[in-house]
Amino acid sequence: MPPETLSLAGSAGTPPLARPAAPRRASWRGSRHLTGWLLAAPLALVLALFLVAPIAMIAVVSFWTATEFSIVPAFSLENYQFLLGSGVTWRVLLNTVKYAAITWAITLTLGFTVAYFLAFHVRSQAWQTALFLLCTIPFWTSNIIRMISWIPFLGREGIANSALLSWGVIDQPLDWLLFSDFSVILAFVHLYTLFMVVPIFNTMMRIDRRLLEAASDAGASGLQTLRHVVLPLTRPGIMIGTIFVLTLVMGDFITVRFMSGSQSANVGRLIQNDIGLLQYPSASATSVLLLIVTLMVIGVLLRLVDIRKEL
Amino acid sequence: MSMSKMRYSRRSLLKGGAAAFAASALPAPMIWAQEIKDVTLRQFGTGVSNLNEVAQKVKEDLGFTLEMTALDSDAVTQRAATQPDSFDIADIEYWIAKKVWPTGNLQAMDTSKIANYGKIVGIFRDGKLTPESTIAQGTAPHTVGFTSGPGGTDFAAEETGWMTLIPTIYNADTLGIRPDLIGRPIESWTELLNPEFAGKASLLDISSIGIMDAAMVCEAMGEIQYGDKGNMTRDEIDRTMAIMTEAKRAGQFRSFWKTFDESVNLMASGEVVIQSMWSPAITAVKSRGIPCVYQPLKEGYRSWGGGIGLSSSLSGLPLDAAYEYINWYLSGWVGGFLMRQGYYSAVPETSKAFMSPNEWGYWFEGKPAAEPISSPFGDVLAQPGEVRDGGSFHERMGHVACWNSVMDENQYMVRKWNEFIAA
Repeated sequence: MPPETLSLAGSAGTPPLARPAAPRRASWRGSRHLTGWLLAAPLALVLALFLVAPIAMIAVVSFWTATEFSIVPAFSLENYQFLLGSGVTWRVLLNTVKYAAITWAITLTLGFTVAYFLAFHVRSQAWQTALFLLCTIPFWTSNIIRMISWIPFLGREGIANSALLSWGVIDQPLDWLLFSDFSVILAFVHLYTLFMVVPIFNTMMRIDRRLLEAASDAGASGLQTLRHVVLPLTRPGIMIGTIFVLTLVMGDFITVRFMSGSQSANVGRLIQNDIGLLQYPSASATSVLLLIVTLMVIGVLLRLVDIRKEL
Repeated sequence: MSMSKMRYSRRSLLKGGAAAFAASALPAPMIWAQEIKDVTLRQFGTGVSNLNEVAQKVKEDLGFTLEMTALDSDAVTQRAATQPDSFDIADIEYWIAKKVWPTGNLQAMDTSKIANYGKIVGIFRDGKLTPESTIAQGTAPHTVGFTSGPGGTDFAAEETGWMTLIPTIYNADTLGIRPDLIGRPIESWTELLNPEFAGKASLLDISSIGIMDAAMVCEAMGEIQYGDKGNMTRDEIDRTMAIMTEAKRAGQFRSFWKTFDESVNLMASGEVVIQSMWSPAITAVKSRGIPCVYQPLKEGYRSWGGGIGLSSSLSGLPLDAAYEYINWYLSGWVGGFLMRQGYYSAVPETSKAFMSPNEWGYWFEGKPAAEPISSPFGDVLAQPGEVRDGGSFHERMGHVACWNSVMDENQYMVRKWNEFIAA
């Protein structure tokens, strides 16, 4: 998912020409354009080869048909007919969006709080750096390991349940701790909160401290400063974090599979199942659907906040 | 990079093969013995029989190199069906063969070159374990075990002298249980959906096998009478999935598993007390000192079989080496190695020589162990006096209710299975 995000940022973030003023000589203008094209070429080439071409291929294959073990090039709407006509697709899509929304709300709250603490409460820059690095420590291990390590912790005979039992809080182990929506969202929050913290922290650090003093001088309470000064100024950071978290959660398949014990499905798992069964065209059609939904969500977000202007 | 290297060495091998053929026409056996040492055969298959111990032993006994790649059954099917040049030997299951054989990526094998062909168990030849046994439902191995001749992509109904796969390994699967956490006898497949085990049951999430286990349950409950559990009609699929979905919504299942390790962990941690399981997974749970039984059930077993197929691009010296490998495979050492893990060999009598009388008695004849039984890896699996779950070979393989299979309505079934998982 990050590559898509990058490309979006790339296409939206093309630097505007410096000035519309006409240069004096035509030949000079020509060479300036040439340099621009040349400078853009490597990235354009990489994106074309490794992003645009594969996605185009997926889109093409999504119209093909498949038998048990072979893929037949054709132009057939069958994959989409089945996909859009099946109640399962919509239920699964809804589930995917539900995971994304809940994870987003929790990571945003956590991420904003952590970033606020780091940016405004920790005064010394050394401490700020140290605490920030502390946040990244979990990222030193693979995210699959971080996710799977929850399983023995949350299990029926796991550490969480045995601790609660021994404290007398519960008398029956809690089944919903593992292999449930709870455990899926817990893992998502654990995996992705940092993606919220970093961009929000980054924008908060750029807020001119004199604005906060001004707000305080003007008689604003702490809460009012937060709501009317800090929050609006952190919007670009929140938006970048949101895009990260949403795309990561919507594109996920492995977390849902492991943490729900294969009991829940999201779109990623539908795609994975299709691939496992050699149904590439059907997997492609599902991917295209997921891509469209994700792009729509991001499109709406970008309408709400003009990241380019605010950064 | 490594691909092109491999191709290069393959080509040079083929050249070597031609030379060896010329040489073998003349009486010069020394050249043959040296040439075969340079042969490398690439085998891939599911983890069950793709064991490094086998590759090592091949190097010792036959002199050539066997490269093993272990994949899951989806990936195996995919590779066998789509990348015939990426392997020399495919170690696949019979139901996978039903999908892969029609692609023509594998070549028919001449049974006259298989020394122990006459001793192969009846299941893989005419389908009958003993002359009076009835053939179970599903993709019984003998129905996809023969083709009409060299170059054939069809399946022959009887022994034609040309095999699609040489059988190597098979077993009868059933439910695994934790006797210590259940505390009462389990006798029927219906117990998987017994509300007593709500939130403590599991099923494997590999559609083609999972649906069979589900069918065993539904049939045992008396809810559905199947024409053929291995080849269900749409209506049968719908009704099966309806029963399973209802149970799922009611919270019957703790989890579904897809890999061997997941099934072991679910059982060993006590998250699950009854579930579909594979026999080595039971062994793995037991070797941690946790009681686990591969429970024989009155409705019978769901069985599976695997075999070795040769890539259609294999010829010359590597092909001869492959036949030598197959003959070696059936000559007993591998059979003994696999049988000591609880599987069965296609030619059990040759394996007997590679097992102690105590091991043979325990694993094959269903007799109580006289001394502790340990796996080839040294884990103790049974104490003196213990009897194998399900008893003797004939007791277990004689009660197969259904073989793993691919249905005509496979695509429909897969979609319904996906709905069940997403429900």
